[in-house]
Order: sequence, then structure tokens, then C-alpha cells
Amino acid sequence: MEENRHRPKLARGCRLRLTEQGDFLLMPESMLQMKGPGTEILKRCDGQRTVDEIVGELAALYVGAPREQLKAEVESFLARLKEKLAIVEV
Amino acid sequence: MSNATHKPAPLALICELTHRCPLRCTYCSNPVELQKASAELKTAEWQQALRQAAELGVLHAHFTGGEPLVRPDAEELVRTAHDAALYTNLITSGVGLTDRRLDELERAGLDHFQLSFQDSGPEIAAEIAGVDVHERKVKLAKRLADGPFAFTVNMVVHRKNLDHIEELIDFAVSFGPQRIEIANVQYYGWAYENRALLMPTREQTDRCIAAVANARERLKGKVNIDFVIPDYYGRYPKACMGGWGRQILLIDPVGDALPCHAAKVLPGMSFDNVRTTPLAEIWHRSEALEKYRGEEWMEEPCRSCDRRSQDFGGCRCQAYMLTGRAEATDPVCSLSPDHALVTSELPEHLHELVQVSVGSNGDGDGGSAGEFKYRVNPR
Repeated sequence: MEENRHRPKLARGCRLRLTEQGDFLLMPESMLQMKGPGTEILKRCDGQRTVDEIVGELAALYVGAPREQLKAEVESFLARLKEKLAIVEV
Repeated sequence: MSNATHKPAPLALICELTHRCPLRCTYCSNPVELQKASAELKTAEWQQALRQAAELGVLHAHFTGGEPLVRPDAEELVRTAHDAALYTNLITSGVGLTDRRLDELERAGLDHFQLSFQDSGPEIAAEIAGVDVHERKVKLAKRLADGPFAFTVNMVVHRKNLDHIEELIDFAVSFGPQRIEIANVQYYGWAYENRALLMPTREQTDRCIAAVANARERLKGKVNIDFVIPDYYGRYPKACMGGWGRQILLIDPVGDALPCHAAKVLPGMSFDNVRTTPLAEIWHRSEALEKYRGEEWMEEPCRSCDRRSQDFGGCRCQAYMLTGRAEATDPVCSLSPDHALVTSELPEHLHELVQVSVGSNGDGDGGSAGEFKYRVNPR
């Protein structure tokens, strides 16, 4: 499996908000409700952890999920948010 | 609160802090009857409303006006909202923003700063705004690119600037914002008075749609470009405010709770006020918010239309302003029996309407459709 050493973090003006109605990524003039592992991924996008480290931590949370599949899921999730400028890589 | 009255919480609270503004924009969507400064909510009253909004489940707080920075407590209100975990957005002309206030906004926890421009150059900008503040805005925009907030450049587009839409986009991009809004004038309030001069031609609108599509492709992953096709040219109406009383609650300068910026134009409405009624009770029970909520109020063709849960019948205020009946299907809809009001003869047809209304407004100077009507500020 190819290494992914990017260190994603939430962009300026984007933040995760956990509420009783659900978990939301708040962005300028918009928001996204998190489903599946979204919240757990975003909690770890701190500009310190690499994508591989995030995948490793998720593997411990979602026991039984194939690592390859988890990594693909994390990468596609981050790519979509990067396109929306909600995630930057440092 | 009983379950019977429970509705999902609003996602956003729009706080119209004041109707006062150093600009006199001809496209302003504030009501022509502006609220006076002395009647505005006090700091503590806004703070209470913000905290109640957070408790109700609101996520975004938008601070707008008029010019929100006219209020010396704007920073304090941002702080209150931020402390209540609300996402904070300041929608401003930037006029009145000192270095000290900018620092204060950062310390208060402002998330997003939205700066509007009337044009890419000073002449048209001054003609539209009624004052010459363009260069001041340019200076501020240059600072905001590396500032602590997410930054949106809002380019308001209208007949006077759409012939150079490409320049408008390049101008906005040059400041390095994360987000650009190509904002069509919303024809309410002062903008409605000036619609004959502001409303773009079909050719301009087509060119704008193409230019935005091109810029989106070119700037993908670098800048988010928000643009909604003006609904006068659409086949179906916009889902105004995401549906009446469904996602958004607006508090006007005196504390009245409205479903949108323009609802006070509608006759026979009664609005609750945050001074006397808790926000949760307003959201769940206010007569004004209940009036066009859901689908019960709808007439044909909306009532049996498959799109009714997507566009919610369009805009009640637009329906009223164009047909005289707030319950009517938004005439923008191609299925509306009143659709002819907004079709082929568009700008010329409205031109005639404006000549009538301007001629009868008692200006005394024989104001014609060829001259802008500028905002007069409340005392």
C-alpha cells in the first residue's frame, strides 16, 4: 500500500460541531452533516497526524474493516472536502 | 413544548443588526421604510436572542444590516454568538472597520468575513453605492486574504456591470479569497424601486452564466464560486430561504422575527418580537412563520406539483409583489398562470411599471425611470 504522509487539517473558517441533532462540518455559508466515520476522521485532521496515522487510528475503532478499504474511504472523503476547500494539507 | 408543535430547528439565524449604513446602495434589499436607530434592539437583547438561538439548535449566525459595523457592539455580539458555539459570519461593506475593530473581531472568534463590492472599478461602484468608498474596500480586501477569517468576496451583479463580468470575476479572484459570491440583486426594498435600471438583460445573464461556468472550471479547488441563476430567467422558482420557516429565521433591527428579509411587505402579517417572546416559542408557534409553512396553504398548480417539496412554491414576497396575492404560485415558475408577468417582455415591461411607481411617489422632482433612487438613512 502506497504511503500517504499528507497531514490534513481543517481550513480557516471550517469547523466541526457536534450537536444533539447530529455532527456538522460548518463552513462559510454552508454545512455538511457527517455520516459514517466522517466525524472520527475530521476530529483527527489537526495538521499533525498523517493520513496513514488517521487510517491506523480508525482501524482500531472500526475493528474488522479491511485496512485497504478504510484507507480508500478516508482518502476519498478528504479529497471531496479538499475540493470544497474545507481541508488543507500541511 | 408539546410534540405536536415540534419542528426541526432552524439552521441559521440572520441578525439584521441595524438598517443604518454609510452606503446608499440602489440595490439594497432593506425595506424602503427603514427602522430608526432609537428603536433598535439593545446589546443585551441581541445577546439574549443569540443564546436562545443556540439553545434552539441554530448553527450559523449571520450578522448583517444595513451595515452591522455601524453598531459599536458588533464585536461584542460576535463574541456572544461564538461563546454560544454558533458559527459567525459578518456581512459587511467594511466601511467603519478600523485596525482595532479588526483585531477585536479576531479575538471575538469571528469565523467568516464577507466583503461586498458594487463593481470592479470606482466609477460604477460609486454610482451604485451613492458614495465613493471603492478604494477603501480594495485596501481592506488586500488585508483580508491573509487574515484570520475565511474570506468571501461578494460581487453584486446588475445591468451596469454585467457587460464586464469576466473583469468582475478576475477582480474578486485577485484578492485571494476562499470563496466568491456572484450575487444577483434581489429585487426587494430599494432594489425593487430601482429594478428598471438594475435588472440585467437576457444577453447579460446568458453571458454571466457562461463566464461563471468557465471560472468554476478554471479555479476548481482554488476558489469556491457561488452563483445562483437569477430566478426571473429560470424555469422554476428558487426555494426561497430553503422554504418558509423551514431553515432560516431572521431578526430585524427592532427584534421582529421574520422568515426572510422581505416578509414585511406582505399585508396582514403579524410578527412576534424577541423582546417579548422566547425564540423557541417564536420558531414553533409564531403566526407569521406558520402562515406559509408546509403545503397546506398552497394553491394549484403548486398543490399537486411534484416539485412542491423542492421549491416550496417559490417566494411569497415575489408572488405578492408581482400578482398582489401572497398565496399565488411564484410567477417565476413556468407553470404559474401569472408567468407572463416575468417572461419575454421582462426589462421593458418592468420599466413601464417603474415609471408609474416613481411618478407617483411624491418626490416632487419628477423623478424618472432613468435615475436611481438612493437610500435615505434612518435617523
